[in-house]
Amino acid sequence: MNNLNTFWQANKAIACFTIMGLILLFVGLNQSWALVLGIINLSLISAIMALGVNIQWGYAGLFNVGIMGFAALGGVSVVLIAQQPVTEAIDAGGMKMLFALILGVATIAAGVLLNRRGVNKWLVSVIVVIGYLFTRYYFSEAADLIEKVDPAITGYLGGFGLPVAFSWVVGGLAAAGAAWWIGKITLGLRTDYLAIATLGISEIILYVIKNEDWFVRGLKNVYGLPRPVPYEVDMQKSEWLQNIVAWIHRSELQLLSQSDQIDKLGDYVRGASVVFVKLSYSGLILLILVAFILLSNLALNSPWGRKVRAIRDNEVAASAMGKNIKRQHLQIFVLGSAIVGVAGALLVTYDGIFIPTAYQPLRFTFLIWVMVILGGSGNNLGSVLGAFIIWFIWIQSGPMGLWVVEMLGNYIQEGNAPLEFIENRVHYLRLVFMGTILLLIMRFSPGGILPEKNKEL
Amino acid sequence: MTSESIDIINAFALLTNFVILPALSYGSQLALGALAVTLVYSILRFSNFAQGDSMAFGTMLVILISGYMISRGWTITGVPTALLAIPMALIGMSIYLLTMDRLVYRHYRRIKAKQNIIGITASIGIMFVTGGIVRFVLGASAQRFGDGERFIFSVREFKAFTGLEQGIALKTSQFLTITIALLLVSFLFYFLQKTKTGKAMRAYSDNEELALLSGIDPDKVVQITWLLVALFTTIAGTLYGLDKGFAPQQYHLLLLPIFASVIVGGIGSPIGAIAGAFLVAFSEILLTYAYKKFLIYLLPLSMHPTSLVQLIGTEYKYAISFVILVIVLLIRPTGLFKGKVIVGE
Repeated sequence: MNNLNTFWQANKAIACFTIMGLILLFVGLNQSWALVLGIINLSLISAIMALGVNIQWGYAGLFNVGIMGFAALGGVSVVLIAQQPVTEAIDAGGMKMLFALILGVATIAAGVLLNRRGVNKWLVSVIVVIGYLFTRYYFSEAADLIEKVDPAITGYLGGFGLPVAFSWVVGGLAAAGAAWWIGKITLGLRTDYLAIATLGISEIILYVIKNEDWFVRGLKNVYGLPRPVPYEVDMQKSEWLQNIVAWIHRSELQLLSQSDQIDKLGDYVRGASVVFVKLSYSGLILLILVAFILLSNLALNSPWGRKVRAIRDNEVAASAMGKNIKRQHLQIFVLGSAIVGVAGALLVTYDGIFIPTAYQPLRFTFLIWVMVILGGSGNNLGSVLGAFIIWFIWIQSGPMGLWVVEMLGNYIQEGNAPLEFIENRVHYLRLVFMGTILLLIMRFSPGGILPEKNKEL
Repeated sequence: MTSESIDIINAFALLTNFVILPALSYGSQLALGALAVTLVYSILRFSNFAQGDSMAFGTMLVILISGYMISRGWTITGVPTALLAIPMALIGMSIYLLTMDRLVYRHYRRIKAKQNIIGITASIGIMFVTGGIVRFVLGASAQRFGDGERFIFSVREFKAFTGLEQGIALKTSQFLTITIALLLVSFLFYFLQKTKTGKAMRAYSDNEELALLSGIDPDKVVQITWLLVALFTTIAGTLYGLDKGFAPQQYHLLLLPIFASVIVGGIGSPIGAIAGAFLVAFSEILLTYAYKKFLIYLLPLSMHPTSLVQLIGTEYKYAISFVILVIVLLIRPTGLFKGKVIVGE
């Protein structure tokens, strides 16, 4: 019995992943492969985000309540890097906008420099306010000019037209920059301040994205982002995919007449092209995820990782050993946020559209948190497992809730007012459900499913 | 606009109507919310991220109860029924908060966990549970629930009375907010300074170990705290809703200005929370107000502005509380009124 228990403990990770795989396989056989691949891809992207948060929370105990904002920065960078530039808009207001932004930066720089020089505070404030008013004047004029250029289709500056893969790096860098700024201000102070500041910055990033139409089109969304993988339509024309599909279904196709055969084959090829595209995405995201896991595991087992854990477990002792805690925290916070930014960029690349209203704190910040804590904070594999479990529950709980309501509906006649009321609002119960999961894990199994292994003990 | 000369009285009337009165009532609402956060912080020692959604929960109870009262005809002419519903809602809110404390927070007090970080995590869990319940019951869209007289005196009445070109209106909700906030704050300070329970709470907040040694019952202190939090939360939420309408997302986002108020004033200091709340409210409204009309009254004709003269777009009002927060953290992390702990846990 004891042996069995140790065996279970040793192979818990493998067992959990196998069970998860079997469930997905079951859904694939019963519903559709495209659906399962969709779930897997979004789980993988969420896993990358969860990995970033795990580095912050699990390695250093840093509390990031603004995951949504960092993911959105990644999304913005996809638009800015991969979209083609809109030349008319740039001709109309590009230079003016550039001038306004330079003026803004110069104002801030002048304020900071003069303040450091010890110039009279009132004088500095007057200079900053005047600079701000001028910036705002030129800025709104430029924004108007840009937004007037064909607002139904463009109305923004567009991007640099570079390959979309660059945007993943840029997304990481943008998130890292924001994290550095926030961390510089709040780390070293009380832990609450970091949490509150990240919550604030993420809301503000979203406000900027939604309101500045000249930047990434605001609420008008950006459609048709370039893809790193082929399009379904092109795949359907490719001969080798047709051959493979024909070979897989050869026994079934042989029984049909010539014209039926072509129709049926067409259906299968269409289905296969969707699956193929999703599979290519899976491969791509999986590659990035594995690279991140390998790198962070290597880092965690290096002297650097031991230092990080020492600081987390006992700050006072670590600082007595001469470790610079604030610098270490800043480093980890920036690293974790960068990974979240990369994941945010991947998500928008995968969706192919950029929709600012899709960024909800529940979907981004909170769900990722539950993934990390359920999987086991401090354990990278745990975060991946948590991502798969929570995303699966999240996706399936919507239809499940409706299904329960419908089952109830079979016993009550049509047009029942309370029932319709519940049917319209049942998806809000997902918030309650996820919140309860978080509270239950914290209370009864604080280590999560796959607790962190402590090698030193 | 017919005025061609400088007109200070009308300019002042304009400013009172569109800046001073709204900022006073918004500041009072923030102050009540900020005091609830301060209380939880001082006694339970964590920042309560569920504050915004708790306010929504309290308001939801008020909306449901007042709806029932209106349907039964239990109203008093001229008084918003929501006000009459508050006592009942308070009972519900107290039960809700005490249940949450019993189910979630008490465990971590017992095992002496790092209350700060665990408390934040747990309160975020509760924030989503509460927000989910509110959205399930009332939906996510905005609604108004005020009834009775809308104005103590309206712009028209004021103009007729004074003969000024610009009128000032005093909304019932503004009047109620400012009066009730004054009463509640005085009650809180009296309670904390003069009563035995209040003194026990302050002792517990200052030094937990010493308070325990002198025979103060920690469970009782915590329960009283949650009851006070229920009082402030429900009333703050209801007054905000009477003033600006009820929308769950709006309440959720109130968290930012509330936290900004608490930190500006110095975390853990009640006076600081109130001062911070008014600072945040006035900055928010002063910076997003369009000064065009105001300047037209004050400046000679040749200098009349053509643009709106608005410093920051209204859509960025939440950014203002964040910027205030950042400035305070950079310049004076203890806040205006020397808050409690600054560094570390």
